[in-house]
Amino acid sequence: MSIRLQNVAKHFGNSRALEPLNLDIRDGELVGLLGPSGSGKTTLLRIMAGLESADREPAGRIQFGDRDVTNLHVRDRRVGFVFQHYALFRHMSVFDNVAFGLTVMPRKSRPTSGEIRARVHRLLEMVQLEQLANRYPAQLSGGQQQRVSLARALALRPDVLLLDEPFGALDAKVRQELRRWLRHLHDELNFTSVFVTHDQEEALELSDRVVVMSNGRIEQIDTPDALYRAPVNRFVFEFLGDVNHLEGSVRSGVLTCGDASLKVALPDGEDELLLRPHEVELVEAPTADAHLPVTVTAISPVGAEVRVELEADWLGEPWLATIRHADFERLNLARGVRLFAVPRRWHRFPEERTAAAMSLLETVS
Amino acid sequence: MSTRSLSIGIGSTPKRVLPGFGLSLGISLTFVSLVLLLPLTGLVGQLADLSLAQYWAIISDGRVVASYIVTIGAAAVAAIVNAAFGLLLAWVLVRYEFPGKRLLDALMDLPFALPTAVAGITLATLYSSNGWMGRLLEPLGLQVAYTWVGIALAMAFTSIPFVVRTVQPVLEDMPVEVDEAALTLGASDGTAFRRVILPHLWPALVTGTGLAFVRSLGEFGAIIFIAGNMPYETEITSLMIFVRLQEYDYAGASAIASVILFVSLALLLAINIWQGRFIKRLHGGRG
Repeated sequence: MSIRLQNVAKHFGNSRALEPLNLDIRDGELVGLLGPSGSGKTTLLRIMAGLESADREPAGRIQFGDRDVTNLHVRDRRVGFVFQHYALFRHMSVFDNVAFGLTVMPRKSRPTSGEIRARVHRLLEMVQLEQLANRYPAQLSGGQQQRVSLARALALRPDVLLLDEPFGALDAKVRQELRRWLRHLHDELNFTSVFVTHDQEEALELSDRVVVMSNGRIEQIDTPDALYRAPVNRFVFEFLGDVNHLEGSVRSGVLTCGDASLKVALPDGEDELLLRPHEVELVEAPTADAHLPVTVTAISPVGAEVRVELEADWLGEPWLATIRHADFERLNLARGVRLFAVPRRWHRFPEERTAAAMSLLETVS
Repeated sequence: MSTRSLSIGIGSTPKRVLPGFGLSLGISLTFVSLVLLLPLTGLVGQLADLSLAQYWAIISDGRVVASYIVTIGAAAVAAIVNAAFGLLLAWVLVRYEFPGKRLLDALMDLPFALPTAVAGITLATLYSSNGWMGRLLEPLGLQVAYTWVGIALAMAFTSIPFVVRTVQPVLEDMPVEVDEAALTLGASDGTAFRRVILPHLWPALVTGTGLAFVRSLGEFGAIIFIAGNMPYETEITSLMIFVRLQEYDYAGASAIASVILFVSLALLLAINIWQGRFIKRLHGGRG
């Protein structure tokens, strides 16, 4: 079932949590709401669920499919909601937790106890917890509790599944496993899901499309790939990964900063370039285009790459470069080695946009 | 130092990391012995003067038995009323924000702080037939002062903090999300309260109500002024003890006191065991 938000805004007292915004989520999509804390992503999710009501002025609209749910109470919206800290009923067994939604249905439409039993067991099978049906939440690990809470949310066959930082309280390995498993479940059951996260890796890995938010605004909505390749502004670019800054003044096609210089096709004036760590190449001698002397200060091999920290007099903050193991061995890298950095490519977000964003940030805070 | 001597004393137990175990436990036990156990032992010691038949004769005396019924009946009513209103008060204090909340919160402890005699005199004046409340209730046929209703009222007054103060922290610890989860699953407000919130609070509520009940059994000062103290009708057991003391019948006073003591102890123990089981059940019997 598709979700359509039109002109939805939210204030808490005098502070604005959400600017009026529009959002369309297609039927069967898995969408991640990504942003730093305080960006309004959880508020937006809770408004979709009906746990929070949007501002009356301006009047917004929320639609699930053709159904206008703007003024519908949370219990009538048919949403499954998964909470960050599971919110299981701790005095009930796993079975009773999952069965809860079915047992509180009005008597007329409530399935028989046999049907409820069968359905709960099917759900527990799906989340691979059928042996633990008689346990209590306190006896389960965090990952198991979150799976129970997911089964509980799915018991009523909701049109929409909403997840508020569902993996935030779990350790890295369980998180990884649950992510893959949620993706699988989503593809299998084909409901529409929206989840909130502040972890860009999680958003990029799990979502069909990612909604990047900051300061109560939607900055960009795109597929993970497009988002990473073509961020619309500096905020999105910086939020989606590590960033190296190069600030300097451009004169006749050369950007200089201390004893560093780089050929760039830019008009004269002050400028700032942004580079991802994998866009920084390390070489032993300066090239014709780039003269960026750096010193290696830290090396850490992480998985398929080696992360190298670089410092120099002309740098405000150290740079981070990720290079392949082959290059690492060829360059004979060690702490204290002096090298030259060469940007493979760089990004630039015109100052006026940043200035606008900065001034907005100030007015908000 | 004390930890070392303790672990040497016990022998094979490894040295404790937390310091001060021996000292703090020693002081605690001494204090409990002096303040709690010694007087109780004295009380039981007094009973040694009595034969079993004499003991039985004292505690099964008609007037005394009538006082048990009045005391337990009124305490039960007070406890049930307090359970309902104490739960409501705790709920209001935890879940809502309103001006004067802090004041109401502080007010909850007033019955603990106020001398019970002051409460008793105030209630008696208020509810006697020419008091503010009494004047309003009398035409309706409701006599509060000098009846068991007055006794229950005084008991409720002195014991309400027990319910509020035991339920409040449990309610504060209960995440609002649990409530919200029930609502997203389609539960009505009533169902969510009955099936999710109340079971959560149940142990604390029972404990608080039990404490309030036990406290009411022993209450004296607040009740004595409003009870009227009619033999067989509005005499409470504490008063019977007091009367025995005034007659210098220490053994008789101790005998009646021992009944209250045993009932209270048994009740507190039962609540503790029951609560322990409840918590154990949450952890699947492994405690």
